[in-house]
Amino acid sequence: MIRAKTLLTHAALIGATFVMLYPLLWMAASSFKPESIIFTDLSIWPKRFDLSNYLSGWHALQESFTVFFLNSTLIAVLVVIGNCLACSITAFAFARLQFRGRRVWFIVMLGTLMLPYHVTLIPQYVLFQQLGWIDTFLPLVVPKFLAADAFFIFLMVQFFRAIPRELDEAAVLDGCNPWRIYWKIMLPLSLPVLATTAIFSFLWTWNDFLGPLVYLNDASLYTVPLALRAFVDAAGQSAWGQLFAMSTLAVLPIFLFFLFFQRLIIEGVAFSGMKR
Amino acid sequence: MNVSAPMGPAVLGDAHIGSHAKRAALRRDLVGYAFLAPWLVGFFVFSLGPVLASLYLSFTKFDLLTPPQWIGLDNYARMFGSDARFWQALKVTFVYMILEVPLKLCFALLVALALDKGIRGGSLYRALFYVPSLLGGSVAIAVLWRQLFEGNGLVNQVLLWAFGIRGPAWISNPDTSLYTLVLLAIWQFGSPMIIFLAGLRQVPQDLYEAASMDGAGAWRRFRKITLPMLAPVVFFNLVLQVIEGFKAFTPAFVVSGGTGGPVDSTLFYTLYLYQEAFAYFRMGYASALAWVLLIVIGIFTAISFLTSKYWVYYEDDPR
Repeated sequence: MIRAKTLLTHAALIGATFVMLYPLLWMAASSFKPESIIFTDLSIWPKRFDLSNYLSGWHALQESFTVFFLNSTLIAVLVVIGNCLACSITAFAFARLQFRGRRVWFIVMLGTLMLPYHVTLIPQYVLFQQLGWIDTFLPLVVPKFLAADAFFIFLMVQFFRAIPRELDEAAVLDGCNPWRIYWKIMLPLSLPVLATTAIFSFLWTWNDFLGPLVYLNDASLYTVPLALRAFVDAAGQSAWGQLFAMSTLAVLPIFLFFLFFQRLIIEGVAFSGMKR
Repeated sequence: MNVSAPMGPAVLGDAHIGSHAKRAALRRDLVGYAFLAPWLVGFFVFSLGPVLASLYLSFTKFDLLTPPQWIGLDNYARMFGSDARFWQALKVTFVYMILEVPLKLCFALLVALALDKGIRGGSLYRALFYVPSLLGGSVAIAVLWRQLFEGNGLVNQVLLWAFGIRGPAWISNPDTSLYTLVLLAIWQFGSPMIIFLAGLRQVPQDLYEAASMDGAGAWRRFRKITLPMLAPVVFFNLVLQVIEGFKAFTPAFVVSGGTGGPVDSTLFYTLYLYQEAFAYFRMGYASALAWVLLIVIGIFTAISFLTSKYWVYYEDDPR
């Protein structure tokens, strides 16, 4: 009786998994199929692995996807560095330093977590336009170096508070200044939370669409999502094979990140359901 | 001991200690604000300043080329009075959320319950179910979705193959287009599922054992133990998903080619805001749209805060 129930649960779970993942697997498989059979071939295993969709898709737009992947990677790497540095410095101030107004600023910081991006979007655009930053990566990167992602500050404050205070008290007695305590003691002990921050910063930036859409008009500056969107609007119905090939490549880094950092990602989501 | 010590030196000593302590406090403040400086600059330049600026802009007519022109409440009057697309955008967003949020949470809870019982391969299932959440917001998936629900897309091919049914062109039909996006959202039930699983771990197992001994069946145990114990997590997920729902943009933009069509049937609020601001350059009107959204989200957040004593666990006390 119990065995039958377990079997039934497994059957339901396997069925659900298959239904959910079938479109993804079909997309990956279709990227190897010739255009003429994509719409009639439902299989998730191509008869032969033909790379021609990848070769022609890579050069289908005016700029090649080499440019788009480099742009996306550059922005994502800069955002990762900015978030890890700026958010940890801010979190250190909130978690370890004593100064007047700290509680108030902490509450203000938590308040910015709730702020929807819509209200800041237009004035920020006007500001960046005045600065002449449209069609540069600066609007996407500079705010991160000023700790604009409050979520990671919050994450790090929680982590820092769990580090024993005796460590920095001993360092103070040894004559360490706060900067050295931050750099030599807190950061090396914070590798797990820095890794979580880096991973999520990368994933979110890689997938980000609205930011690049607003700030990047020049096709040579496009990120991968912008390029895909341009591709689907230009080629539309006629080049699904190539589109699927490029889409598969676009999600591949995310998928690889998940394979390697699965535990950190799932713990991160469980921590407070972060998702964009 | 000199009990009758003159007052003078003692007061002097206090003052001396006082100024010393004051200087130490000042030093601590300086160090603290030095570390806080990057965030403070960012807060004023990228959060507080823009929020106030968009409030001001919402009372103006502004096309980026000429300076903002004060028009009082005209933007709001037009929005509530005569803008059919504003009401359509609100309707689309609410229909989307009323369908998507509960269905996604029910599915997430159902799967979490199935995985919670220590089933073999549980962590593999969990990882596989999470994959769509990981990829779901990307343009690549929106592109795929556009193909899946076309007239001769994969969904209709499968329907034809399995049941011999000829399905409609889901995406280009205004009656069904929104539901394809609802489905895309439900497909990403992985994150709430993981949060539910974390919540289920917190439920003390001896409660179930005691209930079983008292002869409570599975449904009763779920109703009387799991659901009440999980209520804070359910509520947390609900608030999170509602806020996420308001922000949805990428899928509607890509699937409809940026128009919100067909016939405005997928005109999400954020998409409408984007069009007003960056297609028609009506920055003042778009700012007013943003402020209305801020107030709506603020009401939801206020509700969540007012009820937070029932569901927030984290200790937010920086001492």
